[in-house]
Amino acid sequence: MNADAIRDKVAIVGMGCCKFGENWDKSPEDMIVEAAFEAYEDAGIDRPQEQIEAVFCGAVYPSKGTAEVADALKLFGKPVSMTQNYCATGTDALRFGVFSIACGLYDTVLVVGFDKPKDRGVSGPSAVTTGVRGLPMTPAGWFSLCAARYFETYGAGREDLAKIAVKNHHNGTLAPKSMLKKEITVDDVLKAPIISWPFGLYDCCAQSDGAAVAVLTKRELAKKFRDDYVLFKAVTIALGPNPQADPSFDFLRWKPTVYAAQDAYKQAGITNPSKELDLAQVHDCFTLTELLTYEDLGLAEKGSAKDHIANGTFELTGELPVNTDGGLKTFGHPTGATGVRMLYENYKQLQNKAGARQVKNASLALSHNLGGAPQACGITIVGLP
Amino acid sequence: MVGIRSQGAYVPMNRLSLSAISGGGRKAGSAGGERAIAYFDEDAVTMAVAASTNCLEGFDRRIVDGVLFASTSYPYKEKQAASVVAKALDLRRDVVTADFADSVRCGTNALRSAIDAVKAGSARNVLIVATDCRPTAPRSALEKSFGDGAAAFLVSDTDVAATIEHHHVIADEIIDVWRTESDRFVRSWEDRFVVEHGYTHNTIEAIKGLLAKSGLAAKDFAKAVLYSPDGRSFAAVARAIGLDAKTQVQDPMFGRLGNTGAAFAPMLLAAALEEAKPGSKLLLANYGDGAEASVVQVTDAATALRNKRGIAWHMQRRTEFADYDKFLNFRNLQVSDVDRRGGQGVSATVHFRDRNEDISFHGHKCRRCGTEQFPLQRVCFKCFARDDFDEVRLSDRIGKVMSFTFDFFAGSPDPPLVVTTAEVEGGARVYVQMTDVSPKEVKLDLPVEFTFRKIHEYGGTPNYFWKCTPAR
Repeated sequence: MNADAIRDKVAIVGMGCCKFGENWDKSPEDMIVEAAFEAYEDAGIDRPQEQIEAVFCGAVYPSKGTAEVADALKLFGKPVSMTQNYCATGTDALRFGVFSIACGLYDTVLVVGFDKPKDRGVSGPSAVTTGVRGLPMTPAGWFSLCAARYFETYGAGREDLAKIAVKNHHNGTLAPKSMLKKEITVDDVLKAPIISWPFGLYDCCAQSDGAAVAVLTKRELAKKFRDDYVLFKAVTIALGPNPQADPSFDFLRWKPTVYAAQDAYKQAGITNPSKELDLAQVHDCFTLTELLTYEDLGLAEKGSAKDHIANGTFELTGELPVNTDGGLKTFGHPTGATGVRMLYENYKQLQNKAGARQVKNASLALSHNLGGAPQACGITIVGLP
Repeated sequence: MVGIRSQGAYVPMNRLSLSAISGGGRKAGSAGGERAIAYFDEDAVTMAVAASTNCLEGFDRRIVDGVLFASTSYPYKEKQAASVVAKALDLRRDVVTADFADSVRCGTNALRSAIDAVKAGSARNVLIVATDCRPTAPRSALEKSFGDGAAAFLVSDTDVAATIEHHHVIADEIIDVWRTESDRFVRSWEDRFVVEHGYTHNTIEAIKGLLAKSGLAAKDFAKAVLYSPDGRSFAAVARAIGLDAKTQVQDPMFGRLGNTGAAFAPMLLAAALEEAKPGSKLLLANYGDGAEASVVQVTDAATALRNKRGIAWHMQRRTEFADYDKFLNFRNLQVSDVDRRGGQGVSATVHFRDRNEDISFHGHKCRRCGTEQFPLQRVCFKCFARDDFDEVRLSDRIGKVMSFTFDFFAGSPDPPLVVTTAEVEGGARVYVQMTDVSPKEVKLDLPVEFTFRKIHEYGGTPNYFWKCTPAR
């Protein structure tokens, strides 16, 4: 593999994101148009039909597919394709957009991540109904798989998870487009009804509707759009075995994150991630996912997450702020949009436009998604030129 | 010699035209023809009594030692049908009675049991009667292919008209045609799946097993009596066995009678015996949750069966019935009574493919590296070898809890649902629910054993899988 094939070749010159939430009064078309036109305006694009050469979409919940995006934005006569990769769907759509520019085929492309799960009339994800063993299923049940053994091995517990929820709720209050804007306490988290042990209500993220859009162009053209563009350092996807069946699974880490991090750091030339990265958006579908991700990404030694949580390492004012916009937990989690939304936050942070949640002197940021049982991880690393 | 001493049949007089079911005129694709329909005062039991009466005509009824009743459409869930039939036939008070049910194969199940009982000497004359009047949704394909009717045999150790010489049986677990307690109508999965992986595959396997056991070949049979789910599928079975479908297969009477369920193969056997030459051999094959096949040797006494009120007599006696609304009225139905179930539930084809792991709880052991894994894999988790596994049964091994959660959100009727990843002795990991346990008992490395349970009832059917429970 040529680890240098991506680094610094593709620039983000415009981004948009609609307000995430239970958008009962908005269609997918409404959300896509809001996010895309914000991105156009941000990039200074006024003739998208001429300036956008290809569109890469990501969505998980049943939608009309590529036509939903092409029809909404009237982007015809050009390639529009759609990818699906569990909760890493948005990141995978970005990945294909980056590839299409890095290989020299296109100058400027649009990446659209969106999902509208709240039109289904149920809370939580849809159930698999094809196989006998597919039910009952809850992602909370899957993602709690590591809890019992991790807690016993490293002496962590629900209180450590609760502090992550408190942090992300606080950060969400500072993000104008987030779904939930409510400060909570550790006590609130511990007293909430249990969904799937050790996860109470506040340990679980908010499923929501939403759309986020990125305008990517090749580095040589970036200056024509703006001075404060942001460059891709790495973008990758890694699959791991189903932890429910993997005979060598140790219940202390999610393998897909470990695999994807190795690749992403190699692409970006990072050798000491906890020191080199300035901030990260990580997949906090459940609080334990965020905790394990600190360690699986090498931001903390295996087993040390609870000490870092106690010391505030990953808080907005800490050494390495994580989920600065509130994360999936409070910003919301429209599956296909989430990876692109994370990039939106990193882009704004690197441009010093993150308002009350601004991280000082940020120049290198990571985003991370983990989906499936979990089996798929997507990572991007972006930085200033 | 033990075998069939007498037989009788019953087909209701009324024949409903298939075009009436289609909604009047001949729609494209709707075959002509008709099916037998029970009158408003008939059901599985009345037809059984009629067929049995025809079977016992000329016999002293005091010789009957047992009555075996076979049907999938007897109206009671609890209360025996054989005792009603015995009472209506005015049989001895010390007659042995039993019901066979739940599969359209139950008619030949009962026939075999009667033969075994007489062979064992516990009875000398046993009456078996197979009958069905199966409920179908108005205007459905099943309504057109089904028919109503019954057949009865007196199995005896004297004066037999036909003996059953060999028998081969296959038991199979498949969701192809079914009706639960709460279903109004018989339901079925997609017909091509039902025919290919249910009917054809199992029937051929049973017949081939029979030929191997008996040393006989297709040419040795004067006629093959083949159950068929429709008017075409038997031809594929005949072809696979080497039978000439035109001359060697008993007419299944689609378009005249219809598939009479549990009574179907017995009625076709009765029809074949009415015409059979003494000394000839018949092949009998029946299907339903597996299949079975027998060699029927016709004796000189068979000519006595021709004078009975059997199939030929009933097929002659027919009255055309064209009033579809009246037919629905007989069954307390309206055209609008469609099957209102939301979904079909768990995919029957996925169930079919997964039955070794879901029902038999098999895992794979890699022949190269020895790693055990679940569910069944094509490529080894550890050494990546392709298709080089032995299936191993995990259900009777112990295991230990590697991880657990208490899921309050999973919709358990008794929350929380205890969900674990267990390591089965040998190394396979299984994601299973834990049952018969208090959350307080659950801890890492807890020894567990496995128990076969309902995992959920999605689609209104019980869906089975294994769960773990603390080792006792």
